Amino acid sequence: MTSKTVLHAKHLEAGAKMVDFHGWEMPINYGSQIEEHHAVRQDAGMFDVSHMTIVDIEGVDAKAFLQKLVANDVAKLTVAGKALYTGMLNEQGGVIDDLIIYFFTETQYRLVVNSATREKDLAHINAVAAGFDVTVTERPEYAMVAVQGPNAIAKTATILDEQQQAVVAGMKPFFGVQAGDLFIATTGYTGEAGYEIVVHNDGAADLWQKLLDAGVRPAGLGARDTLRLEAGMNLYGSDMDETVSPLAANMAWTIAWEPEDRDFIGRAAIAKQRAEKSTDKLVGLVLESKGVLRGGSKVIVEGGEGVITSGTFSPTLGFSVALARVPRSVGETAQVEMRKKLVDVKVVKPSFVRNGKSII
Amino acid sequence: MSNIPSELKYATSHEWVRAEGNGEYTVGITEHAQELLGDMVFVELPDVDDEVDAGEDCAVAESVKAASDIYAPIGGTIIAVNEDLEDAPETVNNDAYGDGWLFRIKASDESELDNLLDAEGYANSIDED
Repeated sequence: MTSKTVLHAKHLEAGAKMVDFHGWEMPINYGSQIEEHHAVRQDAGMFDVSHMTIVDIEGVDAKAFLQKLVANDVAKLTVAGKALYTGMLNEQGGVIDDLIIYFFTETQYRLVVNSATREKDLAHINAVAAGFDVTVTERPEYAMVAVQGPNAIAKTATILDEQQQAVVAGMKPFFGVQAGDLFIATTGYTGEAGYEIVVHNDGAADLWQKLLDAGVRPAGLGARDTLRLEAGMNLYGSDMDETVSPLAANMAWTIAWEPEDRDFIGRAAIAKQRAEKSTDKLVGLVLESKGVLRGGSKVIVEGGEGVITSGTFSPTLGFSVALARVPRSVGETAQVEMRKKLVDVKVVKPSFVRNGKSII
Repeated sequence: MSNIPSELKYATSHEWVRAEGNGEYTVGITEHAQELLGDMVFVELPDVDDEVDAGEDCAVAESVKAASDIYAPIGGTIIAVNEDLEDAPETVNNDAYGDGWLFRIKASDESELDNLLDAEGYANSIDED
């Protein structure tokens, strides 16, 4: 039994090839994944991300609850609308999920978590919430559309009314605001400028059609994956999961160690790993010759072996890139087992493209 | 249902073969195969003058999704390869039976053609997939 988002009919109308994505029937592409990728890098594309889970947290303990729940510290959020990326950890320091938290007031926050992990996330959030005076409310009545690309903001502006335009004008990255009936956030998963727009299910098809008419091109999960990988953004379940420390997943920057007495779940485990430098690390791999690095392949580095967690052909760069979890002793080159042969690759920081340009 | 031209012969491994006369045959992959693979990003072709046996893997089609071996549908000598695919692998997606051809073989034994499927046989074989 697969679920469908409220935009399902719009995808079929646009010629989508639909696939089962963790129980959701979602568009993998609308003809060409690579053309959709380029549309986002060069112009504006949109993704249906309504399968993602929106959870509102309210109550007098909301701040204290989130300071317990996630590795980053919501006390950093002081301006209404500001967002924070972080992980929810288990006691062993593994990543239960990664998420974005929007701050409205110290008693009111919004979380956006992954769809594939929805059930276990809600179970975990509710279990932790039991010790706090908060209410946890899932918001399935909302759909979400990500509009991304160098022209995404300008093209979206053409479909907003004057008041909405005024509200979003000059928004800094990683903020979310209520603009009329839309919640508009300057977040995304592509390394481009743009919005993620939360809209009531009843208005989603209309919003999609308006964006389409404004020249925003539908893009599927295939392009979403190549775009996020070029941008060096993690995919839960591939680049990290409950057995992987955030320190081994390029998520150290999403952990707040100060104040020292904030006892978030998993802190003891990852503090020990940090002190002992005992985890692997996530690096980028670049293959400038023919072939495509694929997830699951073995990586041989100085001092040991690792694994490709995500690999793809990079349409922007014209060659293959990958994220790999490897021993910290890794040098500037590595070898990857590809189709039974060992191939030399460059080791770089785990980020390849930003705002349309190579940053290798 | 994807396009399966009736004048071609097919291998169950999704290659098509077109008779060009004089014992020469052009080989490509079917529209169904390119749909399964998705956007092509690299195509590795054999060298001209290579001798291949029927069923031998002699090329690789690498798409956004997977690397896939291409098998010689019949044995013989490679007499031409589609060098345009080097810069435009997407031609395999856009024109699988035309400009997206992969290589041309001079057959060593034309009776091997009898082992291939006709359009109807191929259509049935992909129905079973």
